[in-house]
Amino acid sequence: MSDHSTAHRPSGAEEVPHPFRQHHFDTAGQQAGAAKLGMWIFLGTEILMFSGLFLAYFLVRMLYPEMVLSSHELLNKVWGGVNTVVLLTSSFTMAMAVRCAQVGDQKWLKTHLLLTLTCAGMFMVVKTIEYSGKFAHGIFPGKYFDYEAAAHYAAEHGHQLEGLPHIFFGLYFVMTGLHGVHVLVGIGVILWIYLRAQKGHFGPHYYSPVENVGLYWHIVDLVWIFLFPLLYLVK
Amino acid sequence: MASDTHFEEPNYLTAKRGVMSWLYTVDHKRIGLMYLAGILVFFLAGGLFAITLRTELLTPEGDMISANTYNKMFTLHGAVMVFLVIIPSVPAALGNFLVPLMLGTKDVAFPKLNLLSFYIYTLGSMFFLATLVTGQLDTGWTFYTPYSSYDSGTAVISATAGAFILGFSSILTGLNFIVTIHKMRAPGMTWNRMPLFLWAIYATSVIQVLATPVLAITLLLLIVERTLNIGIFDPLMGGDPVLFQHFFWFYSHPAVYIMILPGFGIVSELIAVHSRKHIFGYKAIALSSVAIAIISFLVWGHHMFVSGQSELAGVVFSFLTFAVAVPTAIKVFSWTATLYKGSIEFNTPMLYALCFLFTFSIGGLTGIFLGALSVDVHLHDTYFVVAHFHYVMMGGTIIAFVGGIHHWWPKMFGRMYSEAKGRWGVLAIFIGFNMTFFNQFMLGHQGMPRRYYTYVPQFQLQHILSTVGAYILLLGFLWIAYYLLESLFKGERAPANPWGGVSLEWATASPPIEHNFHGQPRVDADPYAFPEIDRSGTIDHH
Repeated sequence: MSDHSTAHRPSGAEEVPHPFRQHHFDTAGQQAGAAKLGMWIFLGTEILMFSGLFLAYFLVRMLYPEMVLSSHELLNKVWGGVNTVVLLTSSFTMAMAVRCAQVGDQKWLKTHLLLTLTCAGMFMVVKTIEYSGKFAHGIFPGKYFDYEAAAHYAAEHGHQLEGLPHIFFGLYFVMTGLHGVHVLVGIGVILWIYLRAQKGHFGPHYYSPVENVGLYWHIVDLVWIFLFPLLYLVK
Repeated sequence: MASDTHFEEPNYLTAKRGVMSWLYTVDHKRIGLMYLAGILVFFLAGGLFAITLRTELLTPEGDMISANTYNKMFTLHGAVMVFLVIIPSVPAALGNFLVPLMLGTKDVAFPKLNLLSFYIYTLGSMFFLATLVTGQLDTGWTFYTPYSSYDSGTAVISATAGAFILGFSSILTGLNFIVTIHKMRAPGMTWNRMPLFLWAIYATSVIQVLATPVLAITLLLLIVERTLNIGIFDPLMGGDPVLFQHFFWFYSHPAVYIMILPGFGIVSELIAVHSRKHIFGYKAIALSSVAIAIISFLVWGHHMFVSGQSELAGVVFSFLTFAVAVPTAIKVFSWTATLYKGSIEFNTPMLYALCFLFTFSIGGLTGIFLGALSVDVHLHDTYFVVAHFHYVMMGGTIIAFVGGIHHWWPKMFGRMYSEAKGRWGVLAIFIGFNMTFFNQFMLGHQGMPRRYYTYVPQFQLQHILSTVGAYILLLGFLWIAYYLLESLFKGERAPANPWGGVSLEWATASPPIEHNFHGQPRVDADPYAFPEIDRSGTIDHH
C-alpha cells in the first residue's frame, strides 16, 4: 500500500517534457493515460451503438429467415471480400504507423499513414461501386425499393426473392452506411495525424494521438469484420 | 466586509471579461454556469407547458385548448423536462462546476471536449426550438411507433434529431467525468476519500456512457423508418413496434437513474454537512450507487407489462425491479441514520434535503406498486404513474437540484442569499408539489387515465386541487428566482466556507480563482471528518 493514492505523479523514470502537455495535467504520462482511457470509453459507446443494429439484424433474421437468405444473394461477395482484405491491410499499416511513432521513425510513420489512407479510400470506392450497382437495379432502402426490378435482377442471377426484401436492404444500407460514415471520419482524423506527422510532432515521448486514432481505426475495421459475414455470407 | 477599493485577486468570473471570454471558455466552472442558465430557461419553458395543461384540466370539458394542442403540450412538457432539463441538470451544471473542485484539480480531463459538449447541447436544444415552430410534437416524449413513424403529422424528425444530438452531449460529459475521476484525483484522495457526490456522478456517467449509444441508434432507426420506411419498427412494412419499445426503454429506464443518482449525491452532501455529522455508511452509499447503475440495465421490461411481453419476462423484470429497492433503501436509511443525533441546522439547503427524503420516499415506494405485475395492470397509464414519476423526478431530482443550487450558490457566485426568503421558498415548493401530485395517486387509482384532456365530472375537485398546487409551485419557483437574482446584487459577500464543509471545494475562495487552487491541494482525511466531531469516546467500530 505504498502508493496509497492515485493517478497523479506515477513513479518511475523522469519523463521527458514535450510541447503538447496541457497545463491542467501534472505529467505527460497522466495526460497520455487520460487520453487513452477516454478513447477506450468512446470505443465502448461505438460498440454499444452498433450492437443495437446487430440486435435488430438478428431479430429480422429470426422473423424472416427465408427472406434474409434469398436477399443476401444479391450482395456481391467478391467486392465484400476485397473490402475485407483492404480493411485488414489498413489495420496492419495503422498498427505499423503507431509503432513507427513510438520509435520515432518519421519517414515510415508518414508512409504507413499514407498507406492506411489509401486503403480507406479504396474501401470507399468499392462501397460506392456496390451501392451504385444496387441502385441501378432498383435496390433502394425502404419504400423506394423497386420490387420488380430487384426480382428481375435476382432472376438473371438464378435467384428468387422472397418475402419482404426491403427490410433486409434497409438494414444493409443503414448498417453499411453508418459504418461508411465512420470510415469517412477515420479518413479525416488519419489525415490530421498525417499533417501533424509532417510537422514532426510525434516521437518516443509523445505519440498518444497516433495511438488513439489507431485504436479508433481498429474498431472501424472490427465492425466490418462482423458486418461482412452477417450480411454477405448468410448461408 | 472588504471595501470596494480593496485589492482582490480576480476570480473565475472576473479574470476575463467580455462575451467572447465566455463563448470560448474551457473553464469547467464557466461551462457549468452556462449549462445552468440554459437548463433554467428550459425549466421555465417546460413549466409553462405544464401550467397550460393544468389550467385546461380545471374543468371536465375541453374548453381552453383543443385536444391536439393538449397532446402537443404534454409531449413538449415531457420531452423538454426530460431531455433538456433533468438529464443534464445536476451532472452538466453542478457536476461541471464541482467535480474538478472536489477532486482538487484544475479542470476536467478534456476541457475542450467539455466546451464542445455544451455546444452540442445548444445545437440539440435548437432542434427542439425548431420543433416548436414547425408543427410541434404530439407523440409523447417516448416517440412510440408506429404512431411516431407513420401517423403523426407533427415535427417528429426534428425532435428526434434533437434528442439524438443531446445524447452525444450527455455521452461526452459522462466520458469526461469518468476519465477525470480516474486520472485527476489530488494526491492522497483515494476512491474512499471522495465526497459521495463524486461517487454518484461517477455511477451516473457510467450509465450515460453505456445507455445513451443505444438511444442514439434507436432514434436514428426511427428517423430512417419515418423517412424511408425500411420496415424495422413499422408493422405496415413488416417491422416490429415492440422492438422500438425494447430499444427505447433499454436506454430510458437507465436514464431514470441518470436523472436520480446525482440527486442522491447532492442529498448525501447536504445531510452530512448541515447535520455536522459523519455520513453514516459511506461505503454502503457509494457502492449502492454503483449497484443501482448495474441493476438499472436489467429492468426496462417493467414499462412493457401490458405490451404483449411474455409472462416469464414479466415475472423476471418484476423481480429485478423490486431488487432496485434494496440499494435505494440502503441510501435512505443511511441518510436517516446520519441525521440521528446530528446537530441539524434547518437552513434552506437542509430543508430541501429533508423535503427530498419525504417526497422521494413516496416516489420510490409507489414504484414498488407499479413494479408488481397484477397491480400494474390496474394502474398502467393512469394518473398513478404520473404521480409516481413526478414524485421521483421532481420530488427527487429537481428538489435535490434546487437544494444543491442553494448549498453551492455562495461558492458559485460569492454571495449569500437571504435565509428567511429561502425558507419561504421551501415551504411554497413543498406545499405546492404535494398538493399537485399527492391526490393524483388517488385519481389514478380511481381510474383517471393519463394524457386525457377531458374527464368525468366526479374528478373535478381533485383536478382543481392539483391545478392550484401547480400554481403555488410556479409562484414558489418565481420567488426562488427572485431572491437568488437579488442576492447577486444585494447579497452579503460569502466567506470561503459558509457551511463548514471539509471537502475540497470549500478549501478555495468563493468564488474560486480561475485555476481553482493555489498550488496542488493534498488530502489526508475523508470528506466528512468535521472538526467539531467529538472523537474522545470512540473505540474503533462498535
